[in-house]
Amino acid sequence: MTENGDKTPLVVLDDVNKHFGSLHVLRDINLTISRGEVLVVIGPSGGGKSTLCRTINRLETIDQGTITFDGQPLAVEGKTLAKLRSEVGMVFQSFNLFAHKTILENVTLGPIKVRGIAKAEAEKRGMELLERVGIGAQASKYPAQLSGGQQQRVAIARALAMDPKMILFDEPTSALDPEMVQEVLDVMIGLAQEGMTMMVVTHEMGFARRAANRVVFMAEGQIVEENTPEEFFTNAQTDRAKDFLSKILTH
Amino acid sequence: MDELIKYAPDLLRGFLHNVQLSVVCAILSLVLGTVLVSMRVSPTPVLRAAGTTYINVVRNTPLTLVLAFSALGLSDTLGLTFSQEPSSNAFWLVSLGLSVYTASFVCEALRSGINTVSLGQAEAARAIGLTFFQSLRMIILPQAFRVVVAPLGSVMIAMIKNTTVAMAGGYLAESAFVMKDTFDTTGASIPIFLGIVVAFMVVTLPIGFFTSWLANRLAVVR
Repeated sequence: MTENGDKTPLVVLDDVNKHFGSLHVLRDINLTISRGEVLVVIGPSGGGKSTLCRTINRLETIDQGTITFDGQPLAVEGKTLAKLRSEVGMVFQSFNLFAHKTILENVTLGPIKVRGIAKAEAEKRGMELLERVGIGAQASKYPAQLSGGQQQRVAIARALAMDPKMILFDEPTSALDPEMVQEVLDVMIGLAQEGMTMMVVTHEMGFARRAANRVVFMAEGQIVEENTPEEFFTNAQTDRAKDFLSKILTH
Repeated sequence: MDELIKYAPDLLRGFLHNVQLSVVCAILSLVLGTVLVSMRVSPTPVLRAAGTTYINVVRNTPLTLVLAFSALGLSDTLGLTFSQEPSSNAFWLVSLGLSVYTASFVCEALRSGINTVSLGQAEAARAIGLTFFQSLRMIILPQAFRVVVAPLGSVMIAMIKNTTVAMAGGYLAESAFVMKDTFDTTGASIPIFLGIVVAFMVVTLPIGFFTSWLANRLAVVR
């Protein structure tokens, strides 16, 4: 992937620390995500990747440090926090589509209730987004009637419907059957090429190589290494990263 | 059998009061129960504590005492009056007491339903920018209600039968009171007794069947 965006920072994490009880899940995290950047976070399980991702829209609170989004410190609660979240899309490992709503309703709920867009307009835009991720024909079905790959594409459309400034992907393909991974990755690669700012926690090295501007390697709650995908995969600097790569790239 | 036929109009009139109480209390207790469960799961500690205290106090107080309190405490001592007409005043006091009592059970049934809705649903709702109460109203409660339709039916059936305790709150019109009154003049009568049982079953059995059917129909496939 070539250089994306205008390089002004969208998200800045400054000395962020977080504990789950006695477990120190995020240790002195300093990280800047630029507009238009596609950042891939990889690393062993329990290394704090998902937690890091979830702190950015404050689904997880932090104990110390600061996070600024678009120049503003993260809101703590209430309407300002809801507004922040409406500007940061999120795609979950387990899709989390609203089970009692149709596919189209899943996509239009946010625009109608949060943005106050008229229903007809939201539905028109929702259908466009569903067509774009290849689910247009399923708009009136319920989430449980769709395959995992389809559900995850709907989840991406739901995030896009809010016109977010960035999208967080928390292991978007980890719960999918292998044959459905690519259809989701294809949608994500398309977004990356259009310049969407993305933070992607994933184990998909192919995606990282094709779409990422930068790879961050996390282990034991720390950012151990960050580099371009090419450099990272071919010439990792730290033993911890080399060890991790040797385990996942050999098979 | 003769006494049942003779007193049937009185008993039926009494039973209509049970039905009236039931309809009013069903509406009030469902609304109040929903408000209570919103408090119990809210992120605000004060609301949570208030909800929990309400449940622990009201749910563990015998209904007869709740009704006696609405009549003697709220009305006689504190002067809460709904109507100048004593019978109508008693009706609303009993409705209030029974609704307040039933709401605690509605709340707990709903709360068990909320616990079956996965955390991811709430996270996804918050992630698109819905506030806590929006996500509760649009995402969590609709799914929770579907899960607890059958238990809520049981709560409603219990409430309908509880209307026969209304005399504890000074409301002397419903069928159990009429029955007692009739027995005072005629002596105990098994046909009258059974007649009232049948009248209740005519109302409560369909509610049981309907809510079971509805529970299956509404089940959210996950």
